[in-house]
Formats: sequence, C-alpha cells, structure tokens
Amino acid sequence: MPYALCFLLFIIGLLCAVVKKNMVKIIIGLAIMEYAVNLFLIMLGYRAGGTAPIISPTDINPEGALVPEFTLSSVDPLPQALVLTSIVIGLGTLALMVSICIRTYEKYGTFDITQIRRLQG
Amino acid sequence: MKGMTVIVKTVSSWTKVLIFLFGIYIVLFGHLTPGGGFAGGVILACSYVLLLLAYGREFAEKNLSLGTASKLDCAGSLLFAAIALTGFLYGSASFFYNFIQQEYLAGHNTAFKLVSAGIIPLANIAIGLKVGASLFMIVILLSAFRPEMSGREKE
Amino acid sequence: MWIFYVLLLFMVIACIIAVQTDNLLSSIICVGAVGAIGSLMFLLLYAPDIAITQVVVEVLALVVMLRVTISRDITFITGDREFFGTVTSIVIILIIFLAGIEVFRTLPAFGVPVFSQFSNAASQTYITEGLTKTGAANIVAAIILDYRGYDTLGEAAVLFTSIIGATVILRKETRKQVESAR
Repeated sequence: MPYALCFLLFIIGLLCAVVKKNMVKIIIGLAIMEYAVNLFLIMLGYRAGGTAPIISPTDINPEGALVPEFTLSSVDPLPQALVLTSIVIGLGTLALMVSICIRTYEKYGTFDITQIRRLQG
Repeated sequence: MKGMTVIVKTVSSWTKVLIFLFGIYIVLFGHLTPGGGFAGGVILACSYVLLLLAYGREFAEKNLSLGTASKLDCAGSLLFAAIALTGFLYGSASFFYNFIQQEYLAGHNTAFKLVSAGIIPLANIAIGLKVGASLFMIVILLSAFRPEMSGREKE
Repeated sequence: MWIFYVLLLFMVIACIIAVQTDNLLSSIICVGAVGAIGSLMFLLLYAPDIAITQVVVEVLALVVMLRVTISRDITFITGDREFFGTVTSIVIILIIFLAGIEVFRTLPAFGVPVFSQFSNAASQTYITEGLTKTGAANIVAAIILDYRGYDTLGEAAVLFTSIIGATVILRKETRKQVESAR
C-alpha cells in the first residue's frame, strides 16, 4: 500500500509534465517525478524493525568479527548507494533545465510553450 | 545582485563559517558516520551561496571568483581519476583497487579510526571538492545572468 | 507504520497543490515541502545518508528554481494544452496507473526487503564482508567508493557535463563579440 501512494506521486508528476503549458510547471513536474522514484527505491530495501547500515563499535565481537544480529536486522544498503548519486545528478540536470528555460524566455518573451511553437524565427 | 541589511550581513558572516566547518566534517568522516563526499560537497557550496545571497554578487566574486571555482572543480575530478588509476600499479591490476587498504593496512585493526579504509577518505575529499565547486559555479552564473530584453532591466 | 501513511498523504496533498496552483512562487514552495517531507521519510526508513543529502540538495534546488520566477513578469499562464491531447494523455496515464498497481502485487510486502528472498544476493556479501575487506564502518560509503566505484566515476562525469552545459548556455558574450572587441 505505501508503494501505491508513492506511485501515485509519480503519476501526478507525470501528468503535470505532460499536460501543463507553462515551462516552469513542466520543470516542477520533472522534479516531483525524481523525488517519487528515489523514495520508491529506498522503500524497496526497508526492513521493519531494522537498523541503518552503519556499523558501530557495539556490533563487533572482541575478536573483530561481525555480530550475526547485525546481518539479520540491517536494511538493504545497495539501493541507498544508487539513490545517493541519483539525488545529486537530479540537482545538476535541474540547473541545466532552468538555464534553458531562462534563455528561451529571453528569446521569445513568454513561458508559454504553445506560443513558442507558433513563432517563426 | 545587491546585498541585504546590516543585521543579515552580520549574522551570516558568523554562520557561514560554521556551515563550512560542518561541511568539512561531513566530508572527512564519510567512512565512519553518515554523509560522504556528495552531501558534504553540497553543504560546502551552500556556505558560499549564503555569502552570495547576503552580500551581493560582486563581493562573492571577489571572495571566490569563477575562474578559481572552475579550476577547483577540474582539480577534484582529476584527483578522483588519479586515485582510481593508481590501482594499476599494484599486483592485481584493476581500476579502483583499494591499494592502501589491501597492501598496507590489512591485518592491522584500524576500524572506527579516522585514518582507515584506504582510498575512501581521499576519494571523499576529491568528490566533495568537485561537487561543491560545480554547484557554486552554477548559482553564480544564474545570478549574474541578466536577459537583454528591451526595457526589462530588472535587478 | 501509520506514520508512513500520514507523511505520504501530506506529500500527495502538497504535490497536488504544486501542480494545480497558478502562482509560480507558491508552487515552488510546495515542491520544497514535498522534498522536506521526503527527507523525513528517508530518516524513518533507516537511511540517514540519503536524508542528509536530500535536505541540502532540496535547499539548493529551491534557490535555483526561485531564480526563474523572481524578477520576471510573472505572467499567469493558466490552463492546459489543447483539449483532445489532454484527454488522451490522462486516459493513457490512468491505464498505466492501474497496470502499475497490479505489478506491485508481485513484490514482497512492505517491510520485507527484496534481498532477503534470495540466498546469494550481493547485499549480503556487502554487509558481512564490508568492514573486514574495506575497513569502512559506513557500508554505503564502502559500496559507492570501493565495490561500485566505477558508477561513482560515471556520476562525476554526468555532473561535470551538466555544469559545462549550463555554463555554455548562460554565457553572456559570444565569440563574435569577443573578436570584434579586439
């Protein structure tokens, strides 16, 4: 059921990017889609009652080996590694989109994409 | 882009140093506590963005100019690539071979100390430098861009 | 478990406000609210690395997006595109939504991680051998910089390229102006 709500967030962002005609609204729709996808990836690795994948000094034996409760109760660290880089890349592409948006506004004088299609030159 | 009032300038001159220090802590201890190069680099960029917003663009460009930020960005990327390539010098030649950990530190019990985990803190520093300089450059460029439209010179 | 439903409901409400409102400034603020509640959810899902990264990236994203709306004529462009295209896209997206809900039945229930269903999952190796092989206590940092360092190199390349692209687009004087000034 939380998966369904996260997918609903993605669908709302997709609708905003497809249906709206203001360029800034399209950028907002793409940003909401990125948040929803990152949230979904982290929710796939969640273990109810688990612990974060960071080893503290109480989790190792006196010999230096890992206590078996840690491996049984830790959440999945692999989706977290994927999402970490994905969030920062999202910021870079958002900056690129905003700079294209400002340049288009300077050239055509409007944010409306239907107007931009019909102007010539 | 003009600056703000005297109260904002005074308070932000204290807090930007604290934010910068916090960013360095997140980058350096990335292999022991949550954080790492990406989050720390964004925090470092945030401290300079605070300087830009409170004091105006000319003061911020005197503090860290665009050319210097671009060179820091390139230096961070080249450092990261150089760390990855030195894995080829050792026995099991592979990209990103953690040579410090496997050759020198294996067998010593260096868990939970700051000097541990081989190339991971060095790569964190390189990534933090790169991400911080890139994001600062992009915010400076967006604030300096003034569209040349007839009769629309807004500040 | 109920806290997740409450936070997700807040996120959906803020998202609907961000999509439908006419004022660009308030829709950008609602996107900021979605990101902040998302960061809180990451903290409750036992991912502290991601929570730190999400909150600072969302602050910078707000600063970048506000640059577009402040000091411009905020022309209130309302309404959607032409009617037939809008209805077709909404119908197709509804079909995708219903199909997606069916796909989620094949996943294990929320709270059981996917990697516990397989015996030779890669994450098990990372958790059990991460500290002894790499020496790092933070397993996520060990994954992105030691086990999967090549992906981090690709990410650095993508970030570099997007910053170069934005720098070139926002350039103020072109080459002809520089040469004619000499």
